[in-house]
Amino acid sequence: MRQSSIIDIISPIMAGPSSSHTAGAVRLGLMARNVYDAPVKKITFRLYNSYALTGKGHGTDKGLLAGILGLGVDDTRIKNIFDSELARQIDYKFEYKEDFNRHPNAVDFIFDGNLTMKVSGDSIGAGEIVITAIDNFSVNLTGKYNTILLVYKDVPGMISRVTKLIDVNIATLQCDRYAKGDDASMCICLDGEADKQIIDTISSFDDVYMVRYIKKLEN
Amino acid sequence: MIKNVNSFEQLRDICEFKNKHIWEYAIEREAELAEVTTEEMRTTVKKSLDAMKDAIKSGLNSKEMSISGMCGDDCYRLQKRFAVRGALFGKLFEKITAYALATIEENLRMGKIVACPTAGSCAIVPSVLIAASEELNIPEEEQINALVTAGEIGRIISNKVALAGAVAGCQAECGVASAMSAGALCQILGGTNDQIFNAVALAMKNLLGLTCDPVCGLVEIPCVKRNPFLAIHAVTAAELALADIKSKIPLDEVIDALEQTGKLMSPTLKESSQAGLAKTKTAIELEKKFLNRL
Repeated sequence: MRQSSIIDIISPIMAGPSSSHTAGAVRLGLMARNVYDAPVKKITFRLYNSYALTGKGHGTDKGLLAGILGLGVDDTRIKNIFDSELARQIDYKFEYKEDFNRHPNAVDFIFDGNLTMKVSGDSIGAGEIVITAIDNFSVNLTGKYNTILLVYKDVPGMISRVTKLIDVNIATLQCDRYAKGDDASMCICLDGEADKQIIDTISSFDDVYMVRYIKKLEN
Repeated sequence: MIKNVNSFEQLRDICEFKNKHIWEYAIEREAELAEVTTEEMRTTVKKSLDAMKDAIKSGLNSKEMSISGMCGDDCYRLQKRFAVRGALFGKLFEKITAYALATIEENLRMGKIVACPTAGSCAIVPSVLIAASEELNIPEEEQINALVTAGEIGRIISNKVALAGAVAGCQAECGVASAMSAGALCQILGGTNDQIFNAVALAMKNLLGLTCDPVCGLVEIPCVKRNPFLAIHAVTAAELALADIKSKIPLDEVIDALEQTGKLMSPTLKESSQAGLAKTKTAIELEKKFLNRL
């Protein structure tokens, strides 16, 4: 069990009105932005269930967009984000869906452009979030740890080749794959920082298709 | 290895053994956990305290309505009345209720607040803590101690019950905020650890069963007015506890009851807006109006 902290109780400092529908939305946007890690030109936000139903009154749409544009949860510009110069630079739209197989507060970020990618996440309460899937890979990114994420061909020895390079403590490690020998994903949550050099080395490996270093969320 | 303190009984015993106040033990444990000094940890807590004060200041000077147009000008009304005729219970009552409305209205107009423990209950702890500190000339260091006390109370409760209306109803949001405030106020007024625990238990016991049935699913009705009500509720609990009035049910057992009540509460009354106030005739009409505005 993770040790709880009083800071979780007396924070975040955030733009209202709802920790799950506003602050959570910003944080999901920030995480999706970090996962995509390329200039965002065109994006569709697909909101589900409670996010779709009460999102507008809670500014969930504004929060998601603000996160994608890199604003923090306590940024007072969130309120007027639709009218901002930042927002005018990208092409975005919102879709609203009902799907009770999804979390009540679920969202898909569908990135279009040179690099297409779908990032899915849930706002699980009190501003806590989890990125649950990237394209069709299931992942578990909470923004609490610096995380190395890679997509690769499922070949023997990959986990040891990668983890051997990492000199800080690994907090958690999660892998997933389509099928034996097919595409696979690995999420490595770290207790410290990973050097850029490590990321570059992993990128240079045969059979590695994509590597991301996703910094933990500051707020 | 940092000792895991998950119950109030454990907290009481360890504080007694180390002869420390709750806040002293909590800040040391917290600093150790985060691998920082206690001074650095106090700076983090002060950031939240300062943001709470800023939210009050902004909220007192605004009557901008929320996106739905349902709420936003109640703090203005209250201040207008107090300017003409002071509150029956005096200046502290005026400040607590006005600060609570100021903060929660700042929240619904997407202003900057501190979720403590949640955004919908964000006004209870700051209104009690800051109004009392102003009226009693409490120095900042002691205000930080009180906020740490509140945080530690919330932390221990959150080990058993997720502080979310969708999980356990409003008793776990505004209810817990009121219990945290009772403890914080008791700390400010020089209460012993035992009196603090009793203040928390007394406040919490009287809020068991509080449902989360927001109109239109928004953090507005009844959340806005509930904040000043439960801030005053916290004062009652602190006053009783400081007189050594004890909760006959120990605090940990009260929290067990909170957890059980949350589980037994119908999902229609847990932030899904399918029953209670949310499905009254007027609420349904408000919902139609709100959806048309979008």
